[in-house]
Amino acid sequence: MEPFRTVRSVTTPLDKINIDTDQIVPKQFLKLVQRSGFGRYLFYDWRYERRGDGSGDASVVPRPDFVLNHPRYKGSAILATGENFGCGSSREHAVWALADHGFRAVIAPSFADIFYNNCFKNGVLPVTLERGEVRDILKFEGDIEVDLEAKEVRMYGPGDHAGPSHVARFEIEPHRRTVLLEGLDEIAQTLKYEKEIAEFERESGLTGDAAPPLPPDKPPGT
Amino acid sequence: MNLVERILARASGKSSVSPNDVVFAKVDRAMLHDVSGPGVIKVFERIAGQGIPTDKLWDPDRVWVAEDHFVPSAEKISAENIARLSEFTSRYGIKNHFRYGMGQYGICHTISHEEAMVMPGDVYVGGDSHTNTTGALGAFACGLGHTDMAYVLLNGEIWFKVPETMYFRLNGRLPSHVMAKDLILRIIGDIGTDGGAYRTMQFGGTGIEEMSVEGRLTLCNMTTEAGAKNGIVRPDQKTAAYLEERMRGAGREATAKVSLGRGGADYSEPDGADSDYAEVYEYEAPELEPVVAEPFSPENTRPVSEAPSVELDKSYIGSCTGAKYEDLEAAARVLKGRRVRIRTEVLPAAISIYRRAMESGLLKIFLDAGATVGPPTCGACCGAHMGVLGKDEVCISTTNRNFPGRMGHVESRTYLASPMVAAASAVTGRITDPREIAHAA
Repeated sequence: MEPFRTVRSVTTPLDKINIDTDQIVPKQFLKLVQRSGFGRYLFYDWRYERRGDGSGDASVVPRPDFVLNHPRYKGSAILATGENFGCGSSREHAVWALADHGFRAVIAPSFADIFYNNCFKNGVLPVTLERGEVRDILKFEGDIEVDLEAKEVRMYGPGDHAGPSHVARFEIEPHRRTVLLEGLDEIAQTLKYEKEIAEFERESGLTGDAAPPLPPDKPPGT
Repeated sequence: MNLVERILARASGKSSVSPNDVVFAKVDRAMLHDVSGPGVIKVFERIAGQGIPTDKLWDPDRVWVAEDHFVPSAEKISAENIARLSEFTSRYGIKNHFRYGMGQYGICHTISHEEAMVMPGDVYVGGDSHTNTTGALGAFACGLGHTDMAYVLLNGEIWFKVPETMYFRLNGRLPSHVMAKDLILRIIGDIGTDGGAYRTMQFGGTGIEEMSVEGRLTLCNMTTEAGAKNGIVRPDQKTAAYLEERMRGAGREATAKVSLGRGGADYSEPDGADSDYAEVYEYEAPELEPVVAEPFSPENTRPVSEAPSVELDKSYIGSCTGAKYEDLEAAARVLKGRRVRIRTEVLPAAISIYRRAMESGLLKIFLDAGATVGPPTCGACCGAHMGVLGKDEVCISTTNRNFPGRMGHVESRTYLASPMVAAASAVTGRITDPREIAHAA
């Protein structure tokens, strides 16, 4: 995975709370399992509409009023949004779509748990800030810089050549920060400690009282 | 330690744990379905490319597989995913694969209890957000993304931050027209869709002791809609009897003995003092009423008695939330001898439930009322197929989510309700309190 250190870009403002994974990637795309290419389905139902010209053409066209279709936010790598982002299903496709579209960081006052976990598996940094600070970012028109090493979000207005006009600090669990900073796969990261884990388990006797295995499946038709 | 802490301490080999501790826990059971299965296969392919061995699972006998979201195969791609899933289970030697068209199958969470796949005190993870459901059996049950599931399948363990527990105490017995679904909708309305974020929601009190295992399953199922890490109910003799009955039914007489404790821990120990919990909420069961959640969020709740008079197009009685046997029984009590005025679909959540509903005559009641009875599937609950909603269609549903587009078109509207409210509304064509129907009879 690409390491995450600093990302700077305009920020795409999506000022809604409780955006669920079905809005991020509608269910009709869950059947697809390739991890790349999901960006085109991101916010699909908000982003596209059917042609309304009566031609019977079933293809879709971008809705000009949706923020992702605005030329100003083309190439934006940071999404800012409301509380409880990513609630709903556990589909990892939601993060695949954000990452494939080019978002490297999402800033919100809170995230749904499974979505938050999934971000780290896919090189996306979820940044939790106070609601007031997110409000300011949603309205801000300059560049935002997310610095994972310094755990800072810096706001640069058009005239801020000397330095940022505002800096917000964020918290993140140390091992999650390491995973993103080093671009580690979390699976690979844990496997680095396989020996230590095995030793720990031997020492703490973590073998005796696990559940019995499941029974074999019954023959069909019973 | 409270119940979740005792389970996580046991599973991580510690004598005690506290909220916010990070523990590395042994997983007892893991579940995949036809969306998360292909997702995990993809992750396996990717990490195999990085040289991580993926040739065998930690323990194929602790892994089970369901087919539910896009079955019976909705179209070509979902048929291919089912084929891919079958190839996966045979390659890795997973014996517990519940295939549609081959005896028992159904929605993964329903199979978890109908087939007694999870035991009290287990750490159980699944590639689906409603894995929380199974916490009603006294397990620590939660959903994971594809990458985490892949990790569990290879290593049999995963880390958790020990969640704080919110305790919901139900005093007294629910009135006959009020179901567990009404209670959980009321709770979500009270605490909001992120009110349980990264916390355990535990249910207890005399009302929960009185409540059937299936009612408890409904409560834990929708802890997901409150953002909770998991939902849980202390396992008791009712839990054990429920599971043992199903183990015998599945031909597992030899092992049909359920233990409520493990490794010195007794999970049936009475719930502790309020100080064991981060927050305690009290509900008086006799005062509760039927509730609906209006579009477009499960937290938009209000009593049915105060709901606007909305013309409905459809009533949907299905899903892991609202199509267990007792859900169908409750809906049938309302529909018996009546006719539906709007399109009504009943989809039992597993074949075992379908069969019981056939044998006890519930299916006849549904058909006599004019409803359609369909096969077990997640179907329209997740907007996948079979009965999805079109633009501007309005549905009352026993399912769990009503976000925009959840059941079909982004401009369709879903009201979430109990099976009794969905059935009463099917009879009148508008949102209806089951008591109204009873009086009309």
